[in-house]
Amino acid sequence: MTGFFGQAIIYLSAAVVCVPIAKRLGLGSVLGYLLAGIIIGPFGLGFIGREGQDIMHFAEFGVVMMLFLIGLELEPSHFWKMRRLIVGMGSVQISATAVLAGAGLMLLGFTWQAALATGLALAMSSTAIVLQSLKEKGLGSTMAGKSAFAVLLFQDIAVIPILALLPLLAVSTGQASAPHAQSFLVDLPGWLQTLAVLGAGASVVIAGRYVVVPLLRIIARAHLREIFTAAALLIVLATAALMSLVGLSPALGAFLAGVVLANSEFRHELESDIEPFKGLLLGLFFIAVGASINFGLIGRAPLFISAVLLAVVLIKTLVLVATGGLFKLTPDQNLIFAFSLSQVGEFAFVLFSFMHQAHLLSDDIAAQMMAVTALSMALTPLLLLIGERFALPRLIAPQDQDQVADTIDTRHPVIIAGFGEFGSTIGRFLRANGVETTILDNDSSRVDLLRKMGFKVFYGDATRLDILKSAGAEEARILIIALADPLTRHDLIEKIRGHYPQLRLLVKTKDRADAYDLIDAGIQDIYRESLDTSIRLGVDALIKLGYRRYSAARAGLNFLKYDEAALKELAKHRHDEQSYISTTREYIRLQEQLLTNDREANPTINDHAWESDRHTYPSGKE
Amino acid sequence: MQRVLILFAHPHFEKSRVNRALLKGLPTSNAFTIHDLYELYPYFNIDVAEEKTFLLKHDIIVWHHPIYMYSAPAIMKQWMDMVLEFGWAHGAGGDFLKDKTALNVVSTGGTRESYQPGGFNRYSLAEFLRPFEQTARLCKMNYLPPFAVQGTYRLSNAEIYRCAEDYERLLGHLSQGDFNIQAMQSYAYLNDWLGTVSGGPKP
Repeated sequence: MTGFFGQAIIYLSAAVVCVPIAKRLGLGSVLGYLLAGIIIGPFGLGFIGREGQDIMHFAEFGVVMMLFLIGLELEPSHFWKMRRLIVGMGSVQISATAVLAGAGLMLLGFTWQAALATGLALAMSSTAIVLQSLKEKGLGSTMAGKSAFAVLLFQDIAVIPILALLPLLAVSTGQASAPHAQSFLVDLPGWLQTLAVLGAGASVVIAGRYVVVPLLRIIARAHLREIFTAAALLIVLATAALMSLVGLSPALGAFLAGVVLANSEFRHELESDIEPFKGLLLGLFFIAVGASINFGLIGRAPLFISAVLLAVVLIKTLVLVATGGLFKLTPDQNLIFAFSLSQVGEFAFVLFSFMHQAHLLSDDIAAQMMAVTALSMALTPLLLLIGERFALPRLIAPQDQDQVADTIDTRHPVIIAGFGEFGSTIGRFLRANGVETTILDNDSSRVDLLRKMGFKVFYGDATRLDILKSAGAEEARILIIALADPLTRHDLIEKIRGHYPQLRLLVKTKDRADAYDLIDAGIQDIYRESLDTSIRLGVDALIKLGYRRYSAARAGLNFLKYDEAALKELAKHRHDEQSYISTTREYIRLQEQLLTNDREANPTINDHAWESDRHTYPSGKE
Repeated sequence: MQRVLILFAHPHFEKSRVNRALLKGLPTSNAFTIHDLYELYPYFNIDVAEEKTFLLKHDIIVWHHPIYMYSAPAIMKQWMDMVLEFGWAHGAGGDFLKDKTALNVVSTGGTRESYQPGGFNRYSLAEFLRPFEQTARLCKMNYLPPFAVQGTYRLSNAEIYRCAEDYERLLGHLSQGDFNIQAMQSYAYLNDWLGTVSGGPKP
């Protein structure tokens, strides 16, 4: 146990010290984590030794979670629209890189099998590093970001045939052994394998839609937050396990599960539950990569390793630039795209160690290749920094356009918290006028019903900051609070004030006393639930008594305006008198005060418009 | 300094190329107050007391509006009916607007040629604006000829821009008191008067 504490403290303090410093220096969190890993690693302070590799395998699960989250943000229709990018860019990038790198390696004396296998491994990029860096720089929704994501996704898919190919390459060198990453399916005939893979994919889609969502509804009704978190983790773990079983990449499976659940009402809740786990595991992953850089090895052949590193990054970058050009990326976008994907990915670690076992690579070469991989990862944040200096000023304009489009289809300028009768009428009205809203409600049975009616409603407790964040509180302009419970409402207002001061708050209140509390809290836009309706009823009563409709309607409008003004006025003086007055007595006193004021200042009585009977012009001048 | 109150009425301002250009060009100065009536009173419940206070604080009243069906949009009439009260603006004791100056700034889809006897609209713009002229007279104000942007459907952006510059110049003259009412009244349009004073004739 103390061993665990010690380790945890080392990792956490390294991260806590290094990451903020790196961020402050503008290097980004990824480089911060990597540096933390190098410092505490065997070649730094030596706090952690060889176990870095195991930690890395464990922490790779952060990548799985990351892809689940990305899937959640990508609705199936968007995913479908990206298919040309994914297949086109991905296949060009992998094949060109593998061929060029392989040719180079053959010049160095590799056998063609080893060269091809190594080339394929080098073609892979690091999902974790690329997506984390791009997101941190706010480049995720640019064309460069989308293209990078498409290529990464294709690489994840390509892992399957590559793993299938490796034993064959090993066989042809006379060294047969199954890769450890392969599943029990290897012994099955090819058509059965294919069937199993397709079946696994289909079962994720079907289970996601027809099992997981109903199950989450039941869990949500239990109102136990940690059980929901447990369920979210279970979904990710189970998908990953199923995928590994049939030999698919767990990250790919999690991504698929995410896409399936993106349309469900639990999207925001799942997102905010998984997010912290993902963040910590990714951090751990980067630290482990940093710790695994073998400086001893590098020290023995510094020239060779740096030459290979440069060659690999150069080949990858050039191929990426060509790919980006082929798919008509603008030069500045293309630069960011190419630099971001220029490193060798974590999957190469797996491939190299397998190739080593299969005797495709010698001890030395395998270790050197791994060192090159780790170093190339550390190089990426630096390259991106350079790329930004060159390209970012010109990136800003197209990025803005992208984000406008984004605001319209996935993020919404208006969030409605509480979707009862009141909130849903607002939602309908806004939708009728072409304004899409994000709706948060924590009554899952109601959420279900409203979704069937075609509303974009999400299940979630609006007072949770993480839920607000994933509902887009950072980008939204207006938050409409239509919650019934004043305490929850108060809580929400406090949190918004602290974290999203840019949000304009439009708040529904039950009655006058409730409104006073909000005025005291400094809220400007207050809407009393029954005010407009009761005045409308009063106007109708006047009409039924024989008033002309227009006069009655004007009286109603004037009264509404007067009452709103009186509310603000009275709120100021409400605490003047004896502060010990009980709530009921204060309420009665306020009502009396109101009635007196109404009689004294009836806004309609002082209105003389159109009263021509008072006109007394001398005759002939009428 | 003469303070100018622009009473602006356009029920569909966001779609009006011309009026957006006219108002956008105005410098922010405490000599001008723009009262966007449809924005202030979406339900037509004009605040009479408030409007009166504003009138008292200004010397020149501009009724700025497009011409719809040969008159101003409805809220302008609502404003006149409600604010220009008997006993305040006119009638016994109704001297509060006395000696102020009033004028119309309008945009019309029809060209200037169409607003004349024998033209498509058969009457001159001045004739259609008679109710404003006589209202001004009733309230003991001076009334100036209109400043008009006409044939708006066919105006190029450059022409609109030039009109906006003219409007700004006109308001400049008005706010600096740099004008002679008699001289102005000898023109049918203030656009023409503007051509004779500083800045030279309109190209």
